[in-house]
Amino acid sequence: MVLASPIQRAITEPPIVRRLLIGLTLLFLTLFLFLPLAVVFYEALRKGLGVYFAAIVDPDALAAIRLTLLCTVIAVPLNLVFGIAAAWAIAKFEFHGKSVLITLIDLPFAVSPIIAGLIYVLLFGAQGWLGPWLAAHDIKIIFAVPGIVLATVFVTFPFIARELIPLMQEQGIEEEEAALVLGASGWQTFWRITLPNIKWGLLYGVILCTARAMGEFGAVSVVSGHIRGATNTLPLQVEILYNEYQFAAAFAVASLLTLLALVILAVKTLIEWQARQTRRAALAVRGETE
Amino acid sequence: MIKHLFRRLSISVLTFGLLIAPTLQAADLILLNASYDPTRELYQDVNRAFIAYWKTKNSGDNLTIRQSHGGSGKQGRAVIDGLEADVVTLALAYDIDAISAKAGLLPKDWQQRLPNNSSPYTSTIVFLVRKGNPKGIKDWDDLVKPGIAVITPNPKTSGGARWNYLAAWGYALRRNGNDADKAKEFVIKLFKNVSILDSGARASTTTFVERGIGDVLLAWENEAFLAVKELGPDRFEIVAPAESILAEPPVALIDQVVDKRGTRMVAEAYLNYLYSDEGQALIGKHFYRPSNPDIATRFAQQFPAIKLFTINEVFGGWQQAQQIHFADGGIFDQIY
Amino acid sequence: MQFRLKQRSVLPGFNLALGYTLLYMGLIVLIPLSAAFIKTADLTWTEFWTVVTTPRVLASYRLTFGASLLAALINASAGLVIAWVLVRYSFPGKRLVDAMVDLPFALPTAVAGIALTALYAGNGWIGGVLALIGIKVAFTPLGVVVALVFISLPFVIRTVQPVLEDLEAEVEEAAACLGATRWQTFRWIIFPAVRPALLTGFTLAFARCIGEYGSVIFIAGNLPMVSEITPLLIVTKLEQYDYRGATAIAVVMLVISFLLLLLINLLQWWSQRRHAT
Repeated sequence: MVLASPIQRAITEPPIVRRLLIGLTLLFLTLFLFLPLAVVFYEALRKGLGVYFAAIVDPDALAAIRLTLLCTVIAVPLNLVFGIAAAWAIAKFEFHGKSVLITLIDLPFAVSPIIAGLIYVLLFGAQGWLGPWLAAHDIKIIFAVPGIVLATVFVTFPFIARELIPLMQEQGIEEEEAALVLGASGWQTFWRITLPNIKWGLLYGVILCTARAMGEFGAVSVVSGHIRGATNTLPLQVEILYNEYQFAAAFAVASLLTLLALVILAVKTLIEWQARQTRRAALAVRGETE
Repeated sequence: MIKHLFRRLSISVLTFGLLIAPTLQAADLILLNASYDPTRELYQDVNRAFIAYWKTKNSGDNLTIRQSHGGSGKQGRAVIDGLEADVVTLALAYDIDAISAKAGLLPKDWQQRLPNNSSPYTSTIVFLVRKGNPKGIKDWDDLVKPGIAVITPNPKTSGGARWNYLAAWGYALRRNGNDADKAKEFVIKLFKNVSILDSGARASTTTFVERGIGDVLLAWENEAFLAVKELGPDRFEIVAPAESILAEPPVALIDQVVDKRGTRMVAEAYLNYLYSDEGQALIGKHFYRPSNPDIATRFAQQFPAIKLFTINEVFGGWQQAQQIHFADGGIFDQIY
Repeated sequence: MQFRLKQRSVLPGFNLALGYTLLYMGLIVLIPLSAAFIKTADLTWTEFWTVVTTPRVLASYRLTFGASLLAALINASAGLVIAWVLVRYSFPGKRLVDAMVDLPFALPTAVAGIALTALYAGNGWIGGVLALIGIKVAFTPLGVVVALVFISLPFVIRTVQPVLEDLEAEVEEAAACLGATRWQTFRWIIFPAVRPALLTGFTLAFARCIGEYGSVIFIAGNLPMVSEITPLLIVTKLEQYDYRGATAIAVVMLVISFLLLLLINLLQWWSQRRHAT
C-alpha cells in the first residue's frame, strides 16, 4: 500500500505496527483455530480418500446429514424473525427493564447444553410434566425429531438478536425518523432503511446461527436417544464413529461441517459483488461519477 | 436487493425442506435395542444374524433392528424418560432395576426371567499395558505402587468403571481377610495413581492408546481384546490379574414398550437368540465369555484363566454396592 | 420487571416487536427453564444447600467460572486485534481467514475437544513442543482454558467487526487534523465506539464458556477437585438417576450466569448513558 497524503498516514498505523498486528493475528489463529482444523483434515485423510468418501456416503451418515439440515432450516428462520423483532424493540426504543430483557436473551448462551437438554426432558419426558399427556396422544417429542429441533432452536436462540442489537444501537434512529417524516409507512421504512443498514450484521448472525445449529452436540445428545439412522445428527454420528475406533471416518464426517466455511465465503463474495453492481447502476442513472 | 435475496432464500428453503423430508422405509417390524458402549461390534453381528434367522422362520417379515449406544446409565435414563426401546442390553443390573423402579416399564423380578441372571454373556476386568510390559505389572498390587499411572474411566459416569472399582475392592477385601478398611486404603491408593478420569470406557481407551498416557488401562476384557486387535497387537498386551470380578451385563425385555408396539414376540425371540448356539458363538467371537458351558469351552483357550468372584458374593448385589460405594457421599466420593 | 416506554418515539412497531419477542422467548426459553426451578422445589432448602455447596461442587464452580473468565478475557483482547486486522489491513488469504473464523461454531464441540486434545497432548504437535519446556496443557485446568478459547473464539471478532466497518473515516481524519496521534485517536475515538460491541462479545464468549461441556470433557482430565467442570457434575448426577441433585446444581449455574450477564449488561447500559450525556 502506498500512502498518498499525510491525512491517510494519520488514519492508519506505521507499517511495523501493522505487520506486528497481522503477525499476532495469524499466530493466535494458528494456535487456536487453524491447527485444530488441520488436525481434523489430517486425521480424516490419513486412511486415504476411499475411507473418507465411504464414511460420508454411508446410509447412516446420509440420514444424519438430512436430519441436521432439517433442524437447521427450521431453527434459523425462527430465530431470524425473533432476532429482528427483539433488536427492533431493544435498539430503537427506550423502556424499563431493557437490561433484564437483554440478559434473558443472552441466557441460552450461558445455559449449559446439558441443562438445555435436561429441561426439555423435564417438560416432555415420560416422567415429565407433559409426558403422560403426550403418551396418551401418541405424540413423540423427546427421542424424536421435534425434540432435536427444539434443542437446536434453544441453543441458537440468541445468535441473530445479539448480533443485531449493538449494530442497531450504534446506528441510532435518525434515518428511520427521516423516512417516516417523509411519509414512508412503517414497513417501508423497515424494508428500505433499516434492513439495508443491518444486512451485514444480519448475515453474520445467520451464518453463526447456521453454523451453531449444525454443530450442536451436547443438548441434542441429551434428547436424541442416539438411534442410528433415525435420530442421530451429524455431530452425534461423529461421536459414534469415534467410539467405534473409526477415527478417520469420524473426522471425515466432522470435516463436512468445516466445508461450511467455503459456502460462507461464496455467499459473502456474491452479495458484496451484487451490492457493488447495484451501487454502480444507481450512480450511473443519476449521472454522477464516484 | 436484500428483499430479493430473502425471497430467493425462502424459496430454496422450501424446496430444500421438501427434499429432505424424512424418508421412512416401509418395514413391517422395527426393533430398538438400547445398549451400552462396548457392545457395538457384537450387536452389529448379532442383529445381522438374527434378521436372517427371523426371515427364514417367519417368511415375509421385514425386520429392522435399530441400535442405540451410550453409557449404561445414560441409556437407562433415556428409557425411563421415554426412549421406546423394545429391549435393553446394559452394563449393570442396577440400571435395569432403575427402569423398573422409576418408570415401572418392566416387573421387578425381570432378572429371573432369563437364564444366568439374564446375562447371556459375562466378562471381567483385565489390564491393558504397553508392549513388553515395561513397568512389570502382574497383578492388582502393582497398580498401587508409586509412579504407576493408571487409566480408568469415572465410576460415576461409566458402568465399566464401576466394575473396575469393584474388582479392585473385591481383590483387596479377599487378600486382607475381608477387612473393609484395608480395602478402602487400597482403592484410595489406586485412585491416587489415576490422573485422568474420562467419562466413558471408550474415551479412556483412546486416552491410553492414542494419547500415549498411562502405564496401565483398566478395561473390560472384551474391550481390551478389541483394542489390541483394532489398534495394534504390536503396541499393547493384556495382563490378567490372578483374581477379578465376574461382570454380568444383563439383557431385558421392556414389557410396556413391546406391548404398546406389538413387538413382544420378535423381541423375546431376539433375546433368546442370544442364548442360542449361534448367538453364543458370536458372543465368543467378540471376546465376551459365553454363558453356555459347551460354547464356552470352545472359546476357553482365548481367555486367560482368572479366578472370578461375583458382585453378589462380595458386595451383596448392585443396590448395596451402589449405595455404599458410588452414591453421593459414598466411599468413592471420600477418595477425593 | 416493567416494560413501559420511557419516552415517546415516532417509530412504529414497538408493541408488535416487543410482544413477539416476549412470546417467543417465553415459549422457547422461560417456560422450559422454569421446569428446572420447579423440579428443584422438590428439595427442601437445607437439602438444596447441601447439594450445591459440597467441596467438590464448589471446586467445580471455581474452575468453570475462572477458566471461562480467563478464556473470555483472552478472546476479548485477541478478538479486538483480529477484528481490527481483518477490517483495516489487507494481506494474502485475508478472505479465507475471515470466513474460517466462524468454524468453531460449526465444528461439533466433541470434535473440537478431540482435535484439541490430539494437538495439545504430550505426543501432539503443539503439546510435544510445550512438553520440552515443561508445560502440560491437555488433562490439566489449562486444557480447559484452551478448549474454551477455541469454542468462544468467534464471538468478539464477529461483534466488533461490523461496528469497525461502520466507523466513518471522517472522524478519524478530523482527529488527525486536530493533531491527535494515532494512539490518541484509537484511545478516544475508536475504542469508545467499539466498546459496547466489545463488551457484548466478551459477555457472549463468557456466557458460552460457562456452559460448555462437549469439548472440555475430552481435554480436562476430569479429576474431582482439580479439573472437573460443573456441567460434568450435572451429568454425573443424572447418570445416577439423581434428577433433583442435577437440577439443583443446574439452577445454581443458571442464577449465577444470569446475575453475571445482568451485571455486565447493566454496566454497558450505564456506560452508554454516561457516554451520551
